[in-house]
Amino acid sequence: MTLLDARPDSLTGTKQSFGRSAPPATTGPTKPGRLVDLFELGLDSPICLTWELTYACNLSCVHCLSSSGRRDPNELTTAEAKGVIDELERMQVFYVNIGGGEPTVRPDFWELVDYASEHHVGVKFSTNGVKISPEIAQRLVKSDYVDVQISLDGATADVNDHVRGPGSFDTAMRAMQNLFDAGFENFKISVVCTRQNIPQLDEFKAIADRYKAQLRLTRLRPSGRGADVWDDLHPLPEQQKQLYDWLVAHGDNVLTGDSFFHLSAYGDALPGLNLCGAGRVVCLIDPVGDVYACPFAIHEEFLAGNVRSEGGFQEVWRHSELFGRLRNPQTGGACTSCQFFDSCRGGCMAAKFFTGLPLDGPDPECVRGFGEEALTKRKEADSIPKPDGDHSHSTVRGSRRDGKPVTKARPVSLTLSLRRPDAPPVSACEIDPLAGFRP
Amino acid sequence: MPALDLDSAWDLHPQVSVRPEPFGALLYHFGTRKLSFLKDRTLLSVVQSLAAAPTVRAACLTAGVPEADLPQYQRALTTLASSSMVIERAS
Amino acid sequence: MNDAEPTTTDHAAAAPVGVDEMIEDDSLVEEVSIDGMCGVY
Repeated sequence: MTLLDARPDSLTGTKQSFGRSAPPATTGPTKPGRLVDLFELGLDSPICLTWELTYACNLSCVHCLSSSGRRDPNELTTAEAKGVIDELERMQVFYVNIGGGEPTVRPDFWELVDYASEHHVGVKFSTNGVKISPEIAQRLVKSDYVDVQISLDGATADVNDHVRGPGSFDTAMRAMQNLFDAGFENFKISVVCTRQNIPQLDEFKAIADRYKAQLRLTRLRPSGRGADVWDDLHPLPEQQKQLYDWLVAHGDNVLTGDSFFHLSAYGDALPGLNLCGAGRVVCLIDPVGDVYACPFAIHEEFLAGNVRSEGGFQEVWRHSELFGRLRNPQTGGACTSCQFFDSCRGGCMAAKFFTGLPLDGPDPECVRGFGEEALTKRKEADSIPKPDGDHSHSTVRGSRRDGKPVTKARPVSLTLSLRRPDAPPVSACEIDPLAGFRP
Repeated sequence: MPALDLDSAWDLHPQVSVRPEPFGALLYHFGTRKLSFLKDRTLLSVVQSLAAAPTVRAACLTAGVPEADLPQYQRALTTLASSSMVIERAS
Repeated sequence: MNDAEPTTTDHAAAAPVGVDEMIEDDSLVEEVSIDGMCGVY
């Protein structure tokens, strides 16, 4: 069954129209519109989406967008997770990007990955590599429909571990070696670009080439714990230009998740849709089933609903008030008069929101400097929204008593034992994120 | 890539998922992970008619493509062939 | 997974900035990288 069978051809007058009508059917040669314009109105189903499976994590990266660390006692059960996958299959969502926290610490992780593959939902999962043993790598290489993305934020241990914690560089490199040895080609290495690692772009590319992997560079947002370290980690203006130039010169085979469309004001737009897909073609499902517009916007302001409610995920995607609003063409406000608005589109709404800027104004990192201007005009720092929920390990997150972001000098090191004796079922009161972990 | 021969037989690749949309369709290839966007519902009909048609030209006819528009659809199918969304039928 | 070819995107979205009118492009097919939309990992 296709969506076509379930609804009329034209969008006019249907619930899905969100107040817009589709262009009339033509009989002559078609003049197709721009992809970006059509996607902005939203689709009946996401193309792909991010699914954070758990807030538990063995690491405590200082910039974690989901403030992960401790498992939430209310996380979706295995049965509920399979129910979500069933819905995604019905909606023909092509692909899920599974993350967290560290998704592989969920005891049912492999079961869910297999279930998704069996139900025509492609999987890419994002991991710090802790579970990617040679055996797991062998298993992964046999699956056609599972892709792996290893997180790495420094081309050297000192740069990486400064953000991700001691030993995390070694863990990631070991995972990559295991994937390479198993013959897994073209896994992804995903880097969040920071002030400290932008000088290492060539080295990142070399690492990717060495392991026959594909490099992915993405944007740091002031989301989750990222808000605490934003002032220290976000690229300097000249580094944004360096990054843009590098992508233009060397970025042919480098993915960006289209997260740098705000840089297109430097010149030609970078490859990608140059579109914020939040609530239109993509979204986030979080570990407790909350549906947000995007993983960088975990805040009530961007909360569309919950998969546990009547109608499930489909109802939220198609009929939530938030997504309906996002699918109406936005006025760019102050930005519309800018000659680069067409490709920049005012940048990232999560970046604006978590730096206390208005959504209809410039991005905090606007390459023309309008963001900096807006930041100085911003009301006092106390009015900056805080992300919803904090699952950080209790000793990691600094408080923001005086309204100023706290800089994390060094992440807390965690000693982990990967071997556990048989244990009773995990209590809902359990705060240990690795409770129930079976290596 | 040279233009696809309208008088040969082609099929949708078995690993491709077709998702109709109001303005056309989305095609996702689970093997290559590529995503193609069809901007036209008639092209979707052509793609859906390929399996039952002896030639691409016949599929276009079934889908109601006017003779004058054939080159445009040929170009579109050539693009789909170059990304393995459609494959030549083994005879 | 074993696709070693660079992802090619053929899209009308790479229009020169500041151009208001729609680019006259009769291509009925557009390829997009699934990684080419902001908002996912």
